[in-house]
Amino acid sequence: MLRDARLVAGKDLRLEWRSRVTIGQVAPFALLVLVLFAFAFDPDSGSLQRAAAGLFWVAVLFSSVLAVQRSMAMEAADGNRDALRLSLLDPGGIFLGKAAAVAVQLVVLEVVLLIGIAVLYGTRLTGAGLLLATCAPATAGIAAAGTLYGVLAAGLRVRETLLPLLLLPVLAPVLIGATQAFDAALQGDLGEGWPWVGLLTVFALLYIASGVAAFGPLLEES
Amino acid sequence: MEPVVHFRSAVALLGRFPALAGVDLDVGRGEVVLLQGPNGAGKTTLLRACAGLVAVVGGEARVLGEDLRLDRRTVRRRVGLLGHATALYDELTVADNVHFWARAAGASRADADGALTRLGLDGRLRDVAVHRLSAGQRRRTSIAAMLARRPELWLLDEPHAGLDAAGRDLVDGLVGEASAAGATVLVASHELERAQALAGRIVTVAGGAVVEDRVVADAS
Repeated sequence: MLRDARLVAGKDLRLEWRSRVTIGQVAPFALLVLVLFAFAFDPDSGSLQRAAAGLFWVAVLFSSVLAVQRSMAMEAADGNRDALRLSLLDPGGIFLGKAAAVAVQLVVLEVVLLIGIAVLYGTRLTGAGLLLATCAPATAGIAAAGTLYGVLAAGLRVRETLLPLLLLPVLAPVLIGATQAFDAALQGDLGEGWPWVGLLTVFALLYIASGVAAFGPLLEES
Repeated sequence: MEPVVHFRSAVALLGRFPALAGVDLDVGRGEVVLLQGPNGAGKTTLLRACAGLVAVVGGEARVLGEDLRLDRRTVRRRVGLLGHATALYDELTVADNVHFWARAAGASRADADGALTRLGLDGRLRDVAVHRLSAGQRRRTSIAAMLARRPELWLLDEPHAGLDAAGRDLVDGLVGEASAAGATVLVASHELERAQALAGRIVTVAGGAVVEDRVVADAS
């Protein structure tokens, strides 16, 4: 399964490197979301700094929908899904590989967005250890749930519009946990953040286990 | 010897529509069989059912000794399907695509390189992104990806489509070599003259069923 995951992740990342969709389109979209939030909030009242953690993760979630749609569109095009079904690849390995590739792209986005909230909102990035510890399980959870719901929506004719409706509610616990942990890190209140990291880890493991178990049947049905 | 393909009163549904409505077909090892019939007759569904991509819900369906009603995954590993779609990633190069699908099928890098050479894709085209290829070059790449799998059962849906004269001759040569090596080949084609020259049998499909099955000597 891990060999198959490496093969699929390598292929997806090579495709991303050649097409530059994350760097050229998704990252600018994520930054645009941050800029629009900056227009909507009054920068002088300090509300942007207080809401920075939540705005960061909302931007990550919106961007993740684009990354997942792109990831699944690769397989929907030109009979590739049939070819995957005809391959020897373990469906769990395909899931892990696609989720890993999405996660790598989200990490790049998160770096860009962290720089964005520092520059645009004037947020001081304190508590680096907690910030990193939050990003790891939150990113894994978003990528796993996104890949699972991506293949679920892939078989439906209205997949482009349905995916956000399916995915964003499922990711609400990740948004809450990651925002709380990030907020604790940015406020310098590290003790408040670690329990949320634990909760995020539980959600990530749950989404990964569900994906490994369900991806095969969903690939068959899509 | 057990036939490679054995369908008896096989039924397959596409939604509620019976795309296969009681197919009877036996194909032996090393045979090349042409499937002919009008559009919508069920040729593509029959090929996809043989590949284990369409569920057979009634009758008997055994391919390469596997009962498709019990297990469709095992047979998929042993067949090669060349469909209407080319199943290639546009941004990857020709070599990247063939290497990926070869490795995904458990074949080696050497198998993939051999297939690239056989299809004439080992020169300048090897490192060209697929979205820059002509339709015929895409088709060759797709055939190379299938060839690298070393399938025991070849399922070819309009294999000559989009190819120039040299490409068509190449496909015919590959089919001949596969058959001589013991592989079984099912070809669905509207190019009857060319396909008939390849096939030992012609099976006519209409309304989701086999309506005629004759050896080529009788075909004319």
